[in-house]
Amino acid sequence: MSNSSNALFTGPLVKEAFKQSFVKLNPRILFRNPVMFTVEIGTAIMLCVCVWIYLGEKSQGSLLYNCIVTGILFLTILFANFAEAIAEARGKAQAESLRKTREETPAKWIQSVGEIFTNEIKIVPSSQLRKGDIFLCEAGDIIPMDGEIIKGIATIDESAITGESAPVIREAGGDKSSVTGGTKVLSDSIKVRVTAEPGESFLDKMIALVEGASRQKTPNEIALTILLAGFTLIFIIVCVTLKPFGDYANTPITIAAFISLFVCLIPTTIGGLLSAIGIAGMDRALRANVITKSGKAVETAGDLDTLLLDKTGTITIGNRKATQFYPASGVGKDDFIRAAVLSSISDDTPEGKSILELAAVDPSVYGVDKPEFIKFTAETRSSGINFGTTRIRKGAYDAIRNLVQKAGHSFPDEIVAQVKKISSNGGTPLVVSENEIVMGVIELQDIIKPGISERFERLRKMGVKTVMVTGDNPLTAKYIAEKAGVDDFIAEAKPEDKMNYIRKEQQGGKLVAMMGDGTNDAPALAQADVGVAMNSGTAAAKEAGNMVDLDNDPTKLIEIVEIGKQLLMTRGTLTTFSIANDVAKYFAIVPALFIASIPALQSMNIMRLHSPESAILSAVIFNAIIIPLLIPLALRGVAYKPIGASALLRRNLLIYGLGGVVVPFIGIKLIDLFVSIWF
Amino acid sequence: MYSEITGPLLVLIGTILFAIPLGRYIGKLYNGESVWTDKILQPLDRLLYFLAGVNPNTPMRWQQHLRALLTINLVWFLFSMFVLMNMGWLPLNPDQNPSMSADLAFNTSISFISNTNLQHYSGESGVSYLGQLVLVLFQFISAGAGMAVCAVVFKAMKEKQGTQLGNFYFYFVRSCTRVLLPLSIVLSVILLFRGVPMTFQGKDQFISLQGDTLHVSRGPSAAMIAIKQLGTNGGGFFGANSAHPLENPDAITNAFENSAIFLIPVAMIFALGYMLKRRKLAWMIFGVMTIGVLLLLIPTIQQEMNGNPAIRSLGIAQPLGSMEGKEVRFGSAASAFWAITTTCTSNGSVNAMHDSLTPLSGMFAMLGMMINAFWGGVGVGFLNFYVFIIIAVFISGLMVGRTPEFLGKKIEAKEMKIASIIALLHPLLILAGTALSSYLYAHHPQEYAGWLNNSGNHGFSEMLYEYTSSSANNGSGFEGLGDNTPWWNISCGVVMLLGRFLPIIGPVAIAGILANKKQVPETAGTLRTDTATFGIMTFAVIFIVAALSFFPALALGPLAEYFGIIH
Repeated sequence: MSNSSNALFTGPLVKEAFKQSFVKLNPRILFRNPVMFTVEIGTAIMLCVCVWIYLGEKSQGSLLYNCIVTGILFLTILFANFAEAIAEARGKAQAESLRKTREETPAKWIQSVGEIFTNEIKIVPSSQLRKGDIFLCEAGDIIPMDGEIIKGIATIDESAITGESAPVIREAGGDKSSVTGGTKVLSDSIKVRVTAEPGESFLDKMIALVEGASRQKTPNEIALTILLAGFTLIFIIVCVTLKPFGDYANTPITIAAFISLFVCLIPTTIGGLLSAIGIAGMDRALRANVITKSGKAVETAGDLDTLLLDKTGTITIGNRKATQFYPASGVGKDDFIRAAVLSSISDDTPEGKSILELAAVDPSVYGVDKPEFIKFTAETRSSGINFGTTRIRKGAYDAIRNLVQKAGHSFPDEIVAQVKKISSNGGTPLVVSENEIVMGVIELQDIIKPGISERFERLRKMGVKTVMVTGDNPLTAKYIAEKAGVDDFIAEAKPEDKMNYIRKEQQGGKLVAMMGDGTNDAPALAQADVGVAMNSGTAAAKEAGNMVDLDNDPTKLIEIVEIGKQLLMTRGTLTTFSIANDVAKYFAIVPALFIASIPALQSMNIMRLHSPESAILSAVIFNAIIIPLLIPLALRGVAYKPIGASALLRRNLLIYGLGGVVVPFIGIKLIDLFVSIWF
Repeated sequence: MYSEITGPLLVLIGTILFAIPLGRYIGKLYNGESVWTDKILQPLDRLLYFLAGVNPNTPMRWQQHLRALLTINLVWFLFSMFVLMNMGWLPLNPDQNPSMSADLAFNTSISFISNTNLQHYSGESGVSYLGQLVLVLFQFISAGAGMAVCAVVFKAMKEKQGTQLGNFYFYFVRSCTRVLLPLSIVLSVILLFRGVPMTFQGKDQFISLQGDTLHVSRGPSAAMIAIKQLGTNGGGFFGANSAHPLENPDAITNAFENSAIFLIPVAMIFALGYMLKRRKLAWMIFGVMTIGVLLLLIPTIQQEMNGNPAIRSLGIAQPLGSMEGKEVRFGSAASAFWAITTTCTSNGSVNAMHDSLTPLSGMFAMLGMMINAFWGGVGVGFLNFYVFIIIAVFISGLMVGRTPEFLGKKIEAKEMKIASIIALLHPLLILAGTALSSYLYAHHPQEYAGWLNNSGNHGFSEMLYEYTSSSANNGSGFEGLGDNTPWWNISCGVVMLLGRFLPIIGPVAIAGILANKKQVPETAGTLRTDTATFGIMTFAVIFIVAALSFFPALALGPLAEYFGIIH
């Protein structure tokens, strides 16, 4: 997917879009777009006029001229339809490539008798699997359906979906139990329970959305359509009242001139491109490997005020690592390292492993007999090892202090100082004790991702506040927050803390986004205005959020915000451009209307257009061809620059506002030079 | 030449300097803060509340505000119809002026309650003194009502989230007694000292040098002239309005009256800045409005001082500029200044005949009314501007990639619907009215021949001006139009009615809906509306929506006339 071609127009796409642009001529479909619908009515009227002239009417100008106007109006609608169709076709092509991964695959269905699953395996096509069924996947199998691992652990190649070639690990229980249909098991075997009916899996629903089948207009799109309808109405009034004005001034105005003036004045450029822009927005999100449940979610993303980001994986690389050993006074460094290593032998956490790495000694040299490993529990908040009469414990500062003080020993002051120093430097202290005597402190440090603070700076310029969520203590959290450049942090975070923070921000009128993967994130994902679930996350998390990130990349939120802003900006700038065009069109057409009876108005023909006919034709032709010329911009989106809202407005006003005034003057004049050969 | 411009320039600067503290004072009034006039006028306010039986402390929702406004306007309308149609036999009629016909009374009543003061009658012979006094009353209360709804919108813009937007009668009474009344008293006293009459005696008479006996109309006019200028009413005591020597005797009264025309409209903007504690926003709005006025004013002064090109082509020098239809005691620059300020502010009093303005000046005067938001009428001028701000906020919000918001409130489909309707209403009323009249005139030339003094492009301008003036609630006339006929009385009456109340209802509704929305806190991504960039955006929206819709009509009227003359 991420390697899919970025070319806007490819052969098959254009062919499909071309076909669709005719299908969309159906008034019942076009009715949804009031601007283009009025153009269609205008074209129909012009068609009648052509027939009328053919039958002998003399007052409406030549048949050829009228036919050309009719043809150009017809092209205008086709161009607008084409814009929408090509955007849809691109969406469909994206969806198709997703769907390819989900073609019929044989599934190893585990038969059940009532509620009890037998061990018999039957090969069935994936389409026969139903929600609740269980299937088996072994190394080399393609996973037939979305599901949740109920047993086993496996490495899975998700490149078909994410384009990321590095395999990922998925295992039963916990937050990484979800597998997606179409991905490939590389090693081991897993039992998976199907979580969706065929055609209703999460991705299927998303694909339908991307294809535009169930696309609904977003609130912002509706508001813009109303404004455009308002403009259209104003120009209907302007054109209709021109008839009696012309009567008064003894100036006959041809129907072709009326309709041309009208079509040129109404905002056809934005009217024709509006739905294409919306579809392209979702499509761009998809290209970033984010599937959105609705266009509204993309729009909302552009408005976000606050981002909640998990520290681990987003702000820091992976997990904390041991970086330093600080023995207590009177304890030899080697003795302390020995205690630290022994306490970590059975510690499978990344932190525990990093202690062994740092110590760089083989634990077997210590020759421990009959070790009894003490697992970490939430109650003791420490782990360790017992052998012989030795009891080594490793844990958080307060846990070990309790242990030490309960045994009647004192907790050395210099260790307290060291613990504080480590914490305030953003590290995590782990205290090690042997037989309830403090041996020293291990410093664990987070490694902040390179370049992350620049990204936060960019977000700040967009007006988005970043909040780091971490289980660390406040001191550590504060240090990392400052170092990474986030604006706020939630330390010692429990799942409900995220929820409360989101609620609090929302009460202040802010829009909040968060990213999550676990089932316990689901309520917060649902509460957030934009909830991005990782594709690796649980089904509950994916259901609760309104976007799914196929790459499982937590920094994706930043891109989503930009895509949302781009979507709105593209709409805004093209609206401005479209309306600014009217200035030049007025100067082209209005003198042309009256010049025959009021020759003095020739002074208003500032473009020096050749004749009334050539002026009107040039304006209509310009009005038509500007639509396909802007299709690439509509599909790619206007580039967002985080330079502050006022500067951005100034920039866009200059490019699209002033440009919108100037470009048609040049364009119409050039077209006129060409058209004037015949008219 | 330069000395001629000095007068208008001083009036412009002086008025703005006075409008700033006046705005602060008005802001304090609407906030309910104590002001220095409390001691003197509090008892009067209390008396009025007591007589009307209203409690000025009961807060109202926006719908209730509108209900109160429309109800009192209906009562005023009925009262006015009664007086105007019966004043022939009612007291205070020393000159034995007749009662009005029903269609003229309809037109006049709407004209005065809508703060338009379009006059299809002549004050000297068309109304009794009682009639004049009733009209003066309306000049006060229609201006007060406009300021009151503006205060409602200010209050709504200030609201964090809520539906209670103060009490309509509180704003209304305060506008009348604390702003309009004191300023009117001061201005009418100045006018009295410069020779404007204030009497209930009938016509005066004198014998001219030729030995004829001349009758001179007079009456309680100083009171009316002060409020007609301050309240952007514009309806004069005499038919010739402020060109009449008894309304506007000399250059000094001209300066004061002209200053009074735009004093309160400008002060309302500074009142907004004070009430909302957003001075910069007020300056942005003031800046856009003032630049708009200057863009119309400067070429108009230039055109008028340059003289008429048709006369110039005959080889006749015009050192005083184009003086047709102007008073020698004012000159062309002061007349041009008045023409633009009176049309921009929906005042509509005139000190020169707009029919005789050079074609482009006539167009700029019309543009002032077509836009109707560069300063604009007392209170309502800001309401029109507010609609343009909403549209500008919407488009520019999109341009910076954010759902549009104004003062922390999101602009959504409902607000856009109202704003679009209001923005297209003004072109609709003007163009449809002119189109119908053009149609009637073009297809029944014999029947309606009496309408137009001039044929061709200028005749078209006369009709266009009349509807523009009605829809903008301006009230000035291009004259040259035989307008006291049922068609003009009724059609202009309807246009004035719609042009007054819909553009009040719309912005109040938008502001009321926005007030009840949750306020979004400002961040670096929020588009600030108090910047020059946003000002340019608003200006562009006004130019494209308000000015461009009239381009074809203007091309047929003043532009065709202008190019016809210079060729």
